[in-house]
Amino acid sequence: MKILVPVKRVIDYNVKVRVKSDESGVDLANTKMALNPFCEIAVEEAVRLKEKGIATEVVVVSIGNKACQEQIRTALALGADRGVHIDTECNLDSLMVAKILAKLVEQEQPELVLLGKQSIDSDNNQTGQMLGALTNMPQGTFASEIIVDGARIQVTREVDGGLQTLSLSLPAVITTDLRLNEPRYASLPNIMKAKRKPIAVMPVSEFNVDLTPKVNVVKVVTPPQRTSGIKVNDVAELVDKLKNEAKVIS
Amino acid sequence: MSILIIAEHDNTQMKPETGKLVQAARGLSGEVHILVAGDACSAVCNEVAALDDVAKVLQVEHASLAHQLAEPMAELVVGLAADYTHIIAAATTTGKNFMPRVAALLDVSQISDIIAIDNDNTFVRPIYAGNAIATVTSSEATHVLTVRTSAFNGVSTGGDANIEKVDFNSESPLKSQFVSVTQTESERPELTAANVVISGGRGMQNGDNFALLEGIADKLGAAIGASRAAVDAGFVPNDMQVGQTGKIVAPQLYIAVGISGAIQHLAGMKDSKIIVAINKDEEAPIFQVADYGLVGDLFDILPQLEQAL
Repeated sequence: MKILVPVKRVIDYNVKVRVKSDESGVDLANTKMALNPFCEIAVEEAVRLKEKGIATEVVVVSIGNKACQEQIRTALALGADRGVHIDTECNLDSLMVAKILAKLVEQEQPELVLLGKQSIDSDNNQTGQMLGALTNMPQGTFASEIIVDGARIQVTREVDGGLQTLSLSLPAVITTDLRLNEPRYASLPNIMKAKRKPIAVMPVSEFNVDLTPKVNVVKVVTPPQRTSGIKVNDVAELVDKLKNEAKVIS
Repeated sequence: MSILIIAEHDNTQMKPETGKLVQAARGLSGEVHILVAGDACSAVCNEVAALDDVAKVLQVEHASLAHQLAEPMAELVVGLAADYTHIIAAATTTGKNFMPRVAALLDVSQISDIIAIDNDNTFVRPIYAGNAIATVTSSEATHVLTVRTSAFNGVSTGGDANIEKVDFNSESPLKSQFVSVTQTESERPELTAANVVISGGRGMQNGDNFALLEGIADKLGAAIGASRAAVDAGFVPNDMQVGQTGKIVAPQLYIAVGISGAIQHLAGMKDSKIIVAINKDEEAPIFQVADYGLVGDLFDILPQLEQAL
């Protein structure tokens, strides 16, 4: 089967973000960028399916400006076969991304689309589900285990009460949770090899998707800061403070 | 025009999130209708009808809705959408699963995890793991929203809404089938609804040591949570995880034991009223947000704390 893996370039998860003083957004100039951690898990899962002989080809796609080719290269170094870069300078929301991906799905005809469950910048958790709707594919979100079984795929999902297992007909959309796998590190030879793997660049205009935003940001502010409190010396003092000062226990 | 809230329930009981959605909807204009979609869920409908400020309950029962899978749920909600300006679900794993599907089928952008409603088309939501708060305004005809329920209180009961049965006959063939569910059994309050939460991290060293938290949790009526490190190390099941990618809690008292306080964990608990940190590393970032910090070995402190309560 062919697997399509959409990936996103985001701020590195360890970076403490700074809100711009004009409240227009978060300052991304000169900050370290990386592959979104959930996307990395999706790439790893696709590569593992290829190593098991289940997948025949793993295609990675990213939508954004030229810089996101760096993240496509990272995915190629992890074992993906080829990349597609959909070039745009626009800021896209999840629905626009899902519409572009739906058209790419029509062109590429993958049997499985693997995405991260959310990107750690916008924290939307929408794109995979929207893609499922637009392509009329079943969805398995927040997957912690997937087993391909002929024309169906069994997905174990992380839900609030525990774990839920579904069986989906292929083609299907699956979004990854953190515990699906532990992504490998790209070795230097694989990074070198990835430089020769093809990346097709397509302008976003080819996809004919309306990119006029319907949701606009009014302002972005820093959340109310908590200040550090006091250090207590022992358990007795802690219990006393909780009872008599904070009054949160009786 | 009206507001449609989709109830959180397990077919036998309404979940407290539902009342919090009604509170959130008070920031909007229009009467509130609540959709209870499930299978044999009339007890839930009665509970929902008793919530204050609810004009109507829509009871939809169908075998395909028993587990609220995304495909039939989206089909149902989209079929009802024409009468509503706002469609609201909780940002739980259930709501996060079907709502974007609803939004895409309606061809509208969704706004996820809102923590405040300014007016009918202006909403506030955290981004970047809660390190920035965005106010957004939407020009969509239908607003599809998920709500962070820890940011709202529940409403009281005493209402008496009409319950209206609505038929649902799914046209589309089932592409996804429910196989099984493994529920984590617990006598304790639900993590997202608890007034007190005590969480363990990597410092707990193994799953057995989480028993040290149980005595304290029992005395405080607390729920037990965990950091991602503790979940990934296999100490406890993943549905106990508090953080950006786990559950978001805002209890009166949050006790973090052996948790360093990474950005991703803080995203899930920093709106707690009082935070207590117990950690042997004096430099741990958790102390920067804790109201009360106790530096020391948790294996000495926890038994003492249990005794002192």
